[in-house]
Amino acid sequence: MMALARRIGAGLRGTLVDVGAATRLLFTLLARSPRALGRFVLVREQVFYLGNRSLSIIGVSGLFVGFVLALQGYYTLQRYGSAEAVGMLVALSLVRELGPVVTALLFAGRAGTSLTAEIGLMKAGEQLTAMEMMAVDPVQRVLAPRFWGGFIAMPLLAAVFSAVGIIGGWLVAVPLIGIDAGAFWSQMQGGVDIWSDVGNGVIKSLVFGLTATFVALLQGYTCKPTPEGVSAATTRTVVLSSLAVLGLDFMLTATMFSI
Amino acid sequence: MQSSRHDAWVGLFVLIGGAALLFLALKAGNLLSLNFDETYQVSARFDNIGGLKPRAAVKSAGVVIGRVESISFDDKTFQAKVTINLNKGALFPKDSSAKILTAGLLGEQYIGLEPGADEKNLVAGDVIRQTQSAVVLENLIGQFINSKASDMGSTTPASGSKP
Amino acid sequence: MAPFVPARPRPDCVTSPANAPLIELRDVSCGYGDRVVLDGVNLKLERGQVLALIGTSGGGKTTVLRLLGRQLRPLSGQVLFDGQDLAPLDLAGLYAVRRRMGMLFQFGALFTDLSVFENVAFPLREHTDLSEAMIRDLVLMKLNAVGLRGARDLMPSEVSGGMARRVALARAIALDPDLVLYDEPFAGLDPISLGVAARLIRDLNDALGLTSVIVSHDLHETFGIADRVAMIANGRVVAQGTPDELRHSDDPLVRQFVGAEADGPVRFHQPARPVAEDFGVAP
Repeated sequence: MMALARRIGAGLRGTLVDVGAATRLLFTLLARSPRALGRFVLVREQVFYLGNRSLSIIGVSGLFVGFVLALQGYYTLQRYGSAEAVGMLVALSLVRELGPVVTALLFAGRAGTSLTAEIGLMKAGEQLTAMEMMAVDPVQRVLAPRFWGGFIAMPLLAAVFSAVGIIGGWLVAVPLIGIDAGAFWSQMQGGVDIWSDVGNGVIKSLVFGLTATFVALLQGYTCKPTPEGVSAATTRTVVLSSLAVLGLDFMLTATMFSI
Repeated sequence: MQSSRHDAWVGLFVLIGGAALLFLALKAGNLLSLNFDETYQVSARFDNIGGLKPRAAVKSAGVVIGRVESISFDDKTFQAKVTINLNKGALFPKDSSAKILTAGLLGEQYIGLEPGADEKNLVAGDVIRQTQSAVVLENLIGQFINSKASDMGSTTPASGSKP
Repeated sequence: MAPFVPARPRPDCVTSPANAPLIELRDVSCGYGDRVVLDGVNLKLERGQVLALIGTSGGGKTTVLRLLGRQLRPLSGQVLFDGQDLAPLDLAGLYAVRRRMGMLFQFGALFTDLSVFENVAFPLREHTDLSEAMIRDLVLMKLNAVGLRGARDLMPSEVSGGMARRVALARAIALDPDLVLYDEPFAGLDPISLGVAARLIRDLNDALGLTSVIVSHDLHETFGIADRVAMIANGRVVAQGTPDELRHSDDPLVRQFVGAEADGPVRFHQPARPVAEDFGVAP
């Protein structure tokens, strides 16, 4: 009994220490960011590795999600004679929720794990220590550009996801099912508001981008410098990022779309 | 500034992302009404617009001849003021009537324009006088119940008791 | 080759007189958690000399290197570089000191996403404002000094272990440091690369007026190029002197180490139960 309580206490304390260390890293990251952003080449490189390289998976996923939304939406809506509202259904689902959230989950899986593995392996290969011994701060040189690269890439990826999804929905709804194109677009344009829907979706994708990228960087930077350590860290990245994104999504949705 | 060999691709990516955002804003959202035909504006007042939304269609004989531009509340007459953009080629007499109709049982609502008999046509800035509001389901049900009750009341006067 | 010490101004740090030791450990104790690794260690190294640190595994040799670069802080005592105590330095001061050091890690620690050229250019790009042409010339000179000018466009994954270490050496001397620290530079090298590495360490030390500290197990090569040797065991400096002095030492631990004897003060058998108990043999 006492042993269990002791273990729980130690676990809690360990978690507190981890959270504290993570917060300290975040603040260091932000403090070093102006200098890091000054060397914008590094950030652009990271936008390429995190953004461009994720475009194919985001685009294809967005297309299929759009297809499915249109199909499922049509089956349900046409029972009430509201089949033309499928455009609005697809657009709102994507722009408000699925665009930011699914993109963040895919991003965590693809770009997040590659970040964690890269930094973990750099740590294991003593590259980060070598950098420190060369009087170069690894947080500024390695972590900060990747952080801002992810921050820039995520909302763009989410926008591409939503846009491709809407086009996918159009492909299924209009040529395939035969819904009137004008009704499709006009219902959508009537139902989707640029500020409260698209704007909030963009804010969500920014928050998710920050979160997913930071979790990935943190896990890589603090992992055990062994093969097992790196592998455990990549798994933790996916799990933690996904949970964080979904939790934040709930909080943001409740704040944004409640009234 | 140093250049990286990936710069062109990054630029392309940012452009694609920007285009996607623009697409979402314009095509999916209501930032612009992308109407390429020349239009003239008229307005109509309704007691109840029901579920009419901006960008809804304005049809006559089933053909789309315009779009709803905006809907506002007139607090002097306590009516809804609907501004309509009609295509330049669609000319209607001044005494045309506008009704709010529904496409399907729970479908999108649109304005149906029926021509009148006046010699003079509507021009920009005119107000359509004859309007019929949208059908509100609750009122319909209320009417139905009342008419049923009065039917029952008139056929069985002895046993009927007015509610 | 004759030693050559260039006269250069050092604007950043406090400088001690030219004949004072470049590095000094005064009564240093250091440990990780509860484990004390070094206890009351005293070491000095004059400029231009090569010091070899030898000793049993886990005895504290690499800890000394980490103390010199201030990757670790001592629990007590002082670590002095060029007369300056490293402990109270802030980050800017620490980085200024580290720019005067180069460190060679055990497997090179090259940046795997950069080519050989870019790896050597890294310190120059980070710390100087030199033009691309100048950087190119400097990098090629450093690569030439280690014999790898022709490998400039290869990636770290495409070079052998010995070559990777030579590239790391070129990177370590890119900014012309005063002190170079070598962490097991000879581990896992074939005989040719071993000879090359030892020659390079000694020649560069003399040609560039460096001071070097080598942590190594390879006594033959190390004794061949070192000016002074210090043996660290059980957290203390058990012997210090020239390679010859250690070869002819009377200390049993030093004799066992230098003579590579299996049993001596460092026991062969791990403490265990008596043989009779484990094998059921009647005593």
